Amino acid sequence: MKTLRIGYNSCGIAAGAEETLAKLNDVIAEKPGFRLVKTGCNGMCYCEPIIDVIEDGVTYTYGNLTADKVEKFIDAMEKGMHIKEWVIKHPAISTDHDSYNAGQVKLVTRNIGVIDPENIGDYLAAGGYKALEKVIRTMSPQQVIDEIKASGLRGRGGAGFSCGMKWQFAKDAPDDEKYMICNGDEGDPGAFMDRSTLEGNPHSVIEGLAIGAYAVGAREGFFYVRAEYPLAVKRLRIAIEQASARGFIGQNILGSNFSLHLHLVEGAGAFVCGEETALISSIEGKRGMPRTRPPYPAISGLWGKPTNNNNVETYANVPWIIQNGAEAFAKYGTKTSKGTKVFALAGKIKRGGMIEVPMGTTINEILTNIGMGIQNDRACKAVQMGGPSGGCIPFHLFDTPIDYESITATGAIMGSGGMVFMDEDTCMVDIARYFLSFTVDESCGKCTFCRIGTKKMLEILERITKGRGREEDIEELQRLGQAIIKGSLCGLGQTAPNPVLTTIRYFKHEYEAHIKDHKCPAKKCRALITYRILPDKCTGCTLCAKICPVGAAQGERKKIHIIDPEICTRCGFCKDACKFEAIAVE
Amino acid sequence: MENNLSYIEDVLNRYKGKKGSLITILQQVQAKKGYLEQEALELVAKRTGMSTASIYGVVTFYAQFRLTPIGKHLIRVCHGTACHVQNAEGLTEAISSELGIKAGETTPDGLFTIETVACLGCCSLSPVIMIGEKVYGKLTTDKARKIIRDYKKMEMAS
Repeated sequence: MKTLRIGYNSCGIAAGAEETLAKLNDVIAEKPGFRLVKTGCNGMCYCEPIIDVIEDGVTYTYGNLTADKVEKFIDAMEKGMHIKEWVIKHPAISTDHDSYNAGQVKLVTRNIGVIDPENIGDYLAAGGYKALEKVIRTMSPQQVIDEIKASGLRGRGGAGFSCGMKWQFAKDAPDDEKYMICNGDEGDPGAFMDRSTLEGNPHSVIEGLAIGAYAVGAREGFFYVRAEYPLAVKRLRIAIEQASARGFIGQNILGSNFSLHLHLVEGAGAFVCGEETALISSIEGKRGMPRTRPPYPAISGLWGKPTNNNNVETYANVPWIIQNGAEAFAKYGTKTSKGTKVFALAGKIKRGGMIEVPMGTTINEILTNIGMGIQNDRACKAVQMGGPSGGCIPFHLFDTPIDYESITATGAIMGSGGMVFMDEDTCMVDIARYFLSFTVDESCGKCTFCRIGTKKMLEILERITKGRGREEDIEELQRLGQAIIKGSLCGLGQTAPNPVLTTIRYFKHEYEAHIKDHKCPAKKCRALITYRILPDKCTGCTLCAKICPVGAAQGERKKIHIIDPEICTRCGFCKDACKFEAIAVE
Repeated sequence: MENNLSYIEDVLNRYKGKKGSLITILQQVQAKKGYLEQEALELVAKRTGMSTASIYGVVTFYAQFRLTPIGKHLIRVCHGTACHVQNAEGLTEAISSELGIKAGETTPDGLFTIETVACLGCCSLSPVIMIGEKVYGKLTTDKARKIIRDYKKMEMAS
């Protein structure tokens, strides 16, 4: 009997796993000897659709197994053979993809892509809910908190506050009614770790939250997951039902006095709801507006009661720590940042996906060894970390180790784990403008500095990218940035200027080129570039003239075409369509 | 003709007296028709005892809620960071020019709506778009045009 395990997360489905699965079902329908199961994403998103073949306890991982390859694949399986050039992972065969996994340590993600997330039996077989059982049967709430404190686990949502301390505050708050919240509102554009975790192993997050609830004395828990993640919502809902049916959640868990009821709330799309007081308002059914702290939610949170809030990855760490001990966890990482961190690799990197590395790994190790460098072997310019709250770290600082303090020292933040790599074609002024336009949209409008200040910064950045920048603009951006940081109540405003300030710090020359020379070095900003047809390459095929939406590309068949710069809107459609590389951007 | 709002009754009954359920109610009401009609908001206000203004405040705060109807096929073009650096803007323009409408608009035949969104969380496949529930990744402007044309053909055939 061969077990075929197909990666069936959002990313896999987008890459064609649905078609592969349909074809597989078709092909093996009449054939005995195959068992087909769905699982999450093993992190190698760049190779999806992915299928594991498990026979006699050995796993062959196949990549890029699109529907058209299924017949050949099953044919080989039936003959008892393997198509080695399609294998991307195997314990005894070396493949081109080994370096992707070599530097990783999987604690949080170890079961993602292995178990069927919709079947609690798989999670239990992998040791699931053993940690919850252990704390309920053998540990006092204080012992649990002491263990988490000793592990050094810090919040994985971005700010990096000690998880054990946070639990202690909530435990010490004098109230009988307390709440636990799991922040699954992953709003950073460029981050998808929490989606992948919730889709691939929702029980690990439930178990972590339940252990926390036991420790702080909460009887109710809320999962706040963004509605843009329908599959994560669905699988989490199934997991809560199954865990309740087995008695891991609900009244008198495992026969003890500990009870916990869980609710799932779908976030309706507001970035600011990643901030804990805004998130609490949102769960209460209101506009997600942050409020002043103190009092902190640990004292007065949801419905005015003591509330503990952690993000998905933080909770997913907890069962491992309880089962393996604080010491085993603290073995990984640096002096101040223990354990591992999950990252989402994206952008111009060759191998995009979800990875988990020990804290202390350098950015360069991630880019070179795991990600295999930049697409088309171009030079890397920077990596964006921390989304709209973070910053761009330039390539020359890629020896920076991943830990909270080192990343913060660069002007970026650890953030929740999005890493978007950029090459020479990325304009840093445009990136700053992009993030500011995001923040302007997402600012809740409560604080004047955030509401108006970010808008003013955006206006300046738009002016610069349009070639109308003024000499004093850079200073003005820095001045406004500092004022917004000081004058904003919540994390959104306090960090909104970061993308601008870090790009000015490291890429000031690009700002100056836009302002003084009216040039965009990356050839991205439309007002500062022109499209031109190279006469020696143009064959007169007319493709550019056909696709041009404004009639700027002109010419007769078999004659050299031209682009009228007066009409051209620099949309770039002609360049995408040209098969002879005859269109240059200058 | 009186607008039939019976589709809201179920939702309202299910959450009657449950605190903090306004957003969930609005999500479920919107799920029925694709948007929130004014009469629906007024009914929700009446039943929950909240003012229409405060409900409108919540509706306009969150990106998920819509006050106007959408086309049969909702095309969401991801403008997350990874998609942005991989030319999401060009993709949006290509789809716009293919359909003759701008982002945020619906085609006159009511078939397509284009929307730009912050992040769909499929960054490793950037740039991506989502049509209905289906995600298309690793796109170029050419591929995106082809997908839209296929949808158009499918609609013509049906």
